[in-house]
Amino acid sequence: MSRLMLALSALVLALVAAALVIGPANAPYGDSLAALFVDDGTPLTLVMREIRLPRAILALVIGASLGMAGAAMQGYLRNPLADPGLIGVSASAALGAVLAIQTGLAAAFAFGLPLAALAGAVLGVLLVLALAGPRGASITLILAGIVVSSLAGALTSLVLNLSPNPFAASEIVFWMMGSLADRSMDHVWLALPLIALGLALLATLTRGLDALTLGEDAAQALGVDLTRLRLTLVAGTAAVVGASTAVAGTIGFVGLVVPHLLRPFVGARPGALLWASALGGAAMLLAADILVRVVLPTKDLKLGVVTALVGAPLFLHLIYKTRRQMA
Amino acid sequence: MTLLSVSGLTMERGKHMILRDVSFSIGKGELIGLIGSNGAGKTTLLRAVLGLLPAAGHSSLATLPQRARARQAAWMPQAREVAWPVSVERLVSLGRLPHLGAGQPIGRTDRAAIDGAIADMGLEDFRHRTATDLSGGELARVLIARTLAQDTPLVLADEPIAGLDPAHQIQTMRLFAGLAVAGRSAVVSIHDLGLAARHCTRLMLLGGGRLVADGAPGDVLTPDNLTEHFNIIAHFAQTEAGPIFQPLDVVGMD
Repeated sequence: MSRLMLALSALVLALVAAALVIGPANAPYGDSLAALFVDDGTPLTLVMREIRLPRAILALVIGASLGMAGAAMQGYLRNPLADPGLIGVSASAALGAVLAIQTGLAAAFAFGLPLAALAGAVLGVLLVLALAGPRGASITLILAGIVVSSLAGALTSLVLNLSPNPFAASEIVFWMMGSLADRSMDHVWLALPLIALGLALLATLTRGLDALTLGEDAAQALGVDLTRLRLTLVAGTAAVVGASTAVAGTIGFVGLVVPHLLRPFVGARPGALLWASALGGAAMLLAADILVRVVLPTKDLKLGVVTALVGAPLFLHLIYKTRRQMA
Repeated sequence: MTLLSVSGLTMERGKHMILRDVSFSIGKGELIGLIGSNGAGKTTLLRAVLGLLPAAGHSSLATLPQRARARQAAWMPQAREVAWPVSVERLVSLGRLPHLGAGQPIGRTDRAAIDGAIADMGLEDFRHRTATDLSGGELARVLIARTLAQDTPLVLADEPIAGLDPAHQIQTMRLFAGLAVAGRSAVVSIHDLGLAARHCTRLMLLGGGRLVADGAPGDVLTPDNLTEHFNIIAHFAQTEAGPIFQPLDVVGMD
C-alpha cells in the first residue's frame, strides 16, 4: 500500500473517531467511545449507537461513493470536470424524493422517501442507457445524461411550482440541500448493500480506465471491452449515487473536487485514483459533517451547502493553478 | 506462417463505399507501407482489420477475442491522444496491459519489454517527464514505444512518422524494419513515399477503398499508379545509395 493510501486511511480513521465523539450531547470523548461499545444503561449509549454511529457510517460510505464515482466518471470521459451527477442519476433520484414528499408518501411510510428516490434513480439510469445506447463514443453518454438531468430538474421545479402546500415546498427545498442529520441505522442498512455493490463494480474499472488514457481506439486495441466498461460504470455510479442521494439528498462538489485534488499524488493514473478518491471523498464528507455540527450547531446547517462552500474555493484554486501552468 | 489474413473486406457508409473487397495476407518478417492519397481508406482499412469498425468480409484479427487480439497485434492510432499528465514510463507501460491479469503487478518480462521499448525509441532522458508536456514529435515516439512494449507479432501504426524530424523518421522506419528482420511484421500507413520506398519490404496502394497495387516498392510506385492515384509525376531510381524517390510535379488536378 502506498504512502498516500496509508495517509488517507489514517485521516479517515481519525475523522470517523472525531465524528463519533463530537456532537451536541457534549459528553467526554472517552465516555462516548466506551458507551458505543459497552451498553452502560445511560442515554449516552443510545446517542452513540442510534444517532452518531449511523451518521458517521453514512458520511463514510457516501463520501467514498461520491469520490470513487467522480474519479471513475472523470477517467471514463477523460475530462477533469466530469462529476457523478453527470449521468442524471442524482437529479432523477431527487425527483423521486421530491414526488414522495409532495404526495405525502414520505410522511405516510418511513422509507417512502428513500425508496421513491431509488425508483427515480433506476428510471433515470434506464432512460440514459436507452438514449445513449449500449456502445458508442463517450459523448453520447454525456448528452443523454444532460438530457435526463435537465428533464428531472425541470420536473422537480414543476412539482415545486405547482405545490399547493408551502410546508411541503420548504421541506423539498431543505431536503435537496443534502444532510445526514437524524438518519438511523435503518438508513444505513438501506444504502449500504447498494453502495457496496456499486463500489465493487467501479473498482473493477482500474485497467480499462488506465487504458483509456490513450483514447477509446487504443484502449479497445489493448483488449478493453468498451461496451462492458461503460455498462459497469453506469451501473456502479447509479448504485452508489442513487443510494447516496436516497438517504442524504444531493451533495455536490465531492465527486468533482476530490479526484482533482488527489490526481497529482497518484501520478495521474486514473485506475489508481479510484480508491484514493474513495478515501479522499470519505474524509471530505466526514470533515464537512463535523463542520456542520461545530460551526452552527443550533441552525441545522445543511451538508450539501457546506461541501459546496468548501469545494468551490478549492476548485477555484485548482483552476488558478492550471491557468498558471498553461501560461 | 501468416500473421494476418484478410479477404473480401468491404465497408459502406451511406452511399459511399469506403472499402471495396480488400484481400491480402501478411507473413512474418514484412514491413508493409500502406499508401494512398487522403481519403483513400487507409485508416478505415487498418481499423476494420483490427475489428474496431464493423465491416463485411473476413479479417483473422477481428474474429479473435479482444484480449487474444491485443496479444497478437498492437495498434497505434493516428490521433496522439494522452488524456492525463502521466509520466512517459507509465504511458509506455500501458502497452503491457494485455499481458497482465486483473490486479497483477508489472513483472520482470514486462519490465524488460518496457525498458527495451524506451531504449529503442531513444527515450531514456524522457522516462520521468510528463507525457502531456512533450512536443508532438516526442509524444509520437513515446506512443510508438508504447506500441512496441506490447510485444506483439504484428504492429499496425497509422502515420507513425508524421511530425517527426528527419533523423527520427529514418530511425523509426529502421526500427520497424528491424522488427521485420526479427521475424515480426509491421504495417504502417505513410505519406512519405521516399521513406516508404527505402525502408518497406512491400507496399500496398489503396485507391478509392480498393487495393489497387500490392508488391515490392518498385512494382507499386510505377508512373501510371503515381499519376492515377497520387496525381504526381516523380523521379524514382535505384542508386548505389538505395532507392531514391522524389515527387516532381502535380498532374491531372483541376
